[in-house]
Amino acid sequence: MYEKEKDLIGAFLRGEVDRRGMLKGLGAMGITAGTAGTLFNMMSTNAHAADFDWKAHSGKSLKLLLNKHPYADAMIANLQTFKDLTGIEVTYDVFPEDVYFDKVTAALSSGSTEYDAFMTGAYMTWTYGPAGWITDLNEWIKDPAKTNPNYAWDDFLPGVKNSCAWNGTPGGVLGSEDAKQWCIPWGYEQNDLTYNRTMLDKIGGKVPGNLDELIETAGKASKDLGGPYGIGVRGSRSWATIHPGFLSGYANYGQKDLNVSADGKLSAAMNTAESRAFHAKWVQMIQESGPKDWSTYTWYQVGTDLGAGASAMMFDADILGYFMNGGTNKEAGNLAFASFAANPAATSATPNIWIWSLAMSNFSKDKDATWYFMQWASGAEHAIFGATKMDFVNPVRQSVWKDEIFRERLNKSYAGYVDMFDKSAPGASIKFTPQPLFFDVTTEWASTLQKMVAKEVPVDEGLDMLVQSIDTQLKEAGLG
Amino acid sequence: MASTANQRKAASGFRISRKALPYVLSLPALLVCIGILVPFLTAVVYSFQRYRLSQPWARQFNWGDNYINFMSDPGFWNTLKISLIYAGTTVTLELLLGLGIALLLQRRSTLNNFVSIMLLMPLMTAPALAALMWKLMTNPGFGILSYFAGLIGLQDFRWASSPDTALLTVVLVDIWVYTPFIMILLLAGLRSLPTQPFEAAALDGVPRTFVFFRITLPMLTPYILTATLFRLLDSIQQFDIIYAMTQGGPGDTLTVFQVEAYLNFFQSTNVGRSAALMVILWAITYFLSNVFIKHWLRLRERARGES
Repeated sequence: MYEKEKDLIGAFLRGEVDRRGMLKGLGAMGITAGTAGTLFNMMSTNAHAADFDWKAHSGKSLKLLLNKHPYADAMIANLQTFKDLTGIEVTYDVFPEDVYFDKVTAALSSGSTEYDAFMTGAYMTWTYGPAGWITDLNEWIKDPAKTNPNYAWDDFLPGVKNSCAWNGTPGGVLGSEDAKQWCIPWGYEQNDLTYNRTMLDKIGGKVPGNLDELIETAGKASKDLGGPYGIGVRGSRSWATIHPGFLSGYANYGQKDLNVSADGKLSAAMNTAESRAFHAKWVQMIQESGPKDWSTYTWYQVGTDLGAGASAMMFDADILGYFMNGGTNKEAGNLAFASFAANPAATSATPNIWIWSLAMSNFSKDKDATWYFMQWASGAEHAIFGATKMDFVNPVRQSVWKDEIFRERLNKSYAGYVDMFDKSAPGASIKFTPQPLFFDVTTEWASTLQKMVAKEVPVDEGLDMLVQSIDTQLKEAGLG
Repeated sequence: MASTANQRKAASGFRISRKALPYVLSLPALLVCIGILVPFLTAVVYSFQRYRLSQPWARQFNWGDNYINFMSDPGFWNTLKISLIYAGTTVTLELLLGLGIALLLQRRSTLNNFVSIMLLMPLMTAPALAALMWKLMTNPGFGILSYFAGLIGLQDFRWASSPDTALLTVVLVDIWVYTPFIMILLLAGLRSLPTQPFEAAALDGVPRTFVFFRITLPMLTPYILTATLFRLLDSIQQFDIIYAMTQGGPGDTLTVFQVEAYLNFFQSTNVGRSAALMVILWAITYFLSNVFIKHWLRLRERARGES
């Protein structure tokens, strides 16, 4: 698409064309100033990268473990560029998400040397890191001999980058000075509100601005739409039920999963008065206007219901709304996005985030070559390629979010998406306390929510039982 | 004979001594045993350890603490209870249904043969796929079973998503998948029974219920025991159907042994607790197998004595 333009800018950078000639040529090609700027940056990067020996590991080969995901699809579509640039051969295995993390755990826990790098979530590194299965990437990021001078580590969104760094101390602050960079953010999801404009217009409802309004609008939608339910949120007995909308709303009320005492001991923090009030509202919202079989809902059901017109809104990953607003989905084009601060007293949204990241196996046969792949895959050029030509949303680099082509593309087809990003990104980060029992805590939390929604246990009693159980587990593990 | 041995020696180039021959011949079985015993013994060792993959520095033998902790853990007792209820309910219902269908199809005819083959279809479906199929059929929005439930007045029947009906739903899936297994075993048993006792009973005008309870059922008992044993061992280790449908929820409604052990290992990376759960599950299956095999052997001896 941009080959002619790239050639022209390349000629300018080589001194073969003067500035006036370049601008005139770009104008003749109908390129806007913003696009030209982006292309210029890309080409400048390439020119500067000429100083970096990309061929240092030519002839070597790497193997990747990937999850079936648009991010992986974008990388595979652009992989030949990396092979041409470095001379490194790359093979990969792709697994569906249902079994992906089991595969990763099996490969890493057995010390297998089969895979050099793999996709992961930041939460998983709280297990993989202390277990010694993955490498602290600071060694490479901070080594100018091994990292392209234009890699621009500071270009990553700070909240996202820091969320992938942990010092390994249970309860330690993410992104602290002594933190180890367990993975490189690749693409990420903020949890905000996606709604069906047509349905909200039909019921005369305004876009909810906080949890109380969300409960009210969702209730009205369930009542008045004659079929679709009001609000889609996840409900399966899994950690994945806690981390999207639920924790984003919870954190917006200033609530935490765990307390960290001065001596570093952890204790459950879900039974405060504010937490009880939030849980009660959340449970009420699901009971009144959630899906009937909520307790089996994963991201897939939440997303497809919205795309199929079976629900009016969802409080989940923004990119899930992005994908449901396109393709052959029944409601494609009808969905819109809004930054969502659950707490009426909050000034802005504080979404918890899921970060698809790249991590390096500690058992990799060639870590330097692996880092070459990782820095290329998380580099600005691939991010621009993915964001403008593939579905590589949300990018983790600030420069991509400033890119006019990207913003135009989103604004054109995804109403409110850019605005939502701009409002939510400053407060977006992982809101969990990093610690090795993450999956125990969150799975039990989800299980307790299920009991509350099913009216098996009252909210107050359920939270007291949850706190007691988690405190016991933390003590048994030497963390509490 | 001697010339054959010489030929074997000449052909292979080496001679196996008479003393070593039994060991050499049993070597493949020994290798298989090692393949089974090594992981089993490893699991037993792990079950006596405090071993979390995420806390490798804290790994140490805790000599039975994992088992002792189970005693005061309501979650474990719930797991034991729900596993036994699930296994007991599914096997009982499948046995009754399987026996009933087998009796209906007992007489050889083209139609009966065709039906018995068609009834095997669910057995050819992977249980996880069957669970997903049922998940769709019980979807409250568009599921065919939800539609039928609505027709009989169950407008808001929530199937696997309600703690009140989740067990019933997964039991139904299990029955759908595995009843044909029992049916085909019992059908084979029924068709292989000797005809003389039945002919004699018919000549004497013995009522059919009497024939069933006094002749058919006792003669079919070895087959029933075999089918029950297979299904019971499989059912108490159920994973696919329950995990695919509910992941053990809602709440702790369906946290059977395998689901709990899987989550403990792959999500919590708590190897010690997961291994202890599996060892207890092994002990239960070992106990059940012994009970059934003893009964089966007793029946066989009685049959031989009577013959």
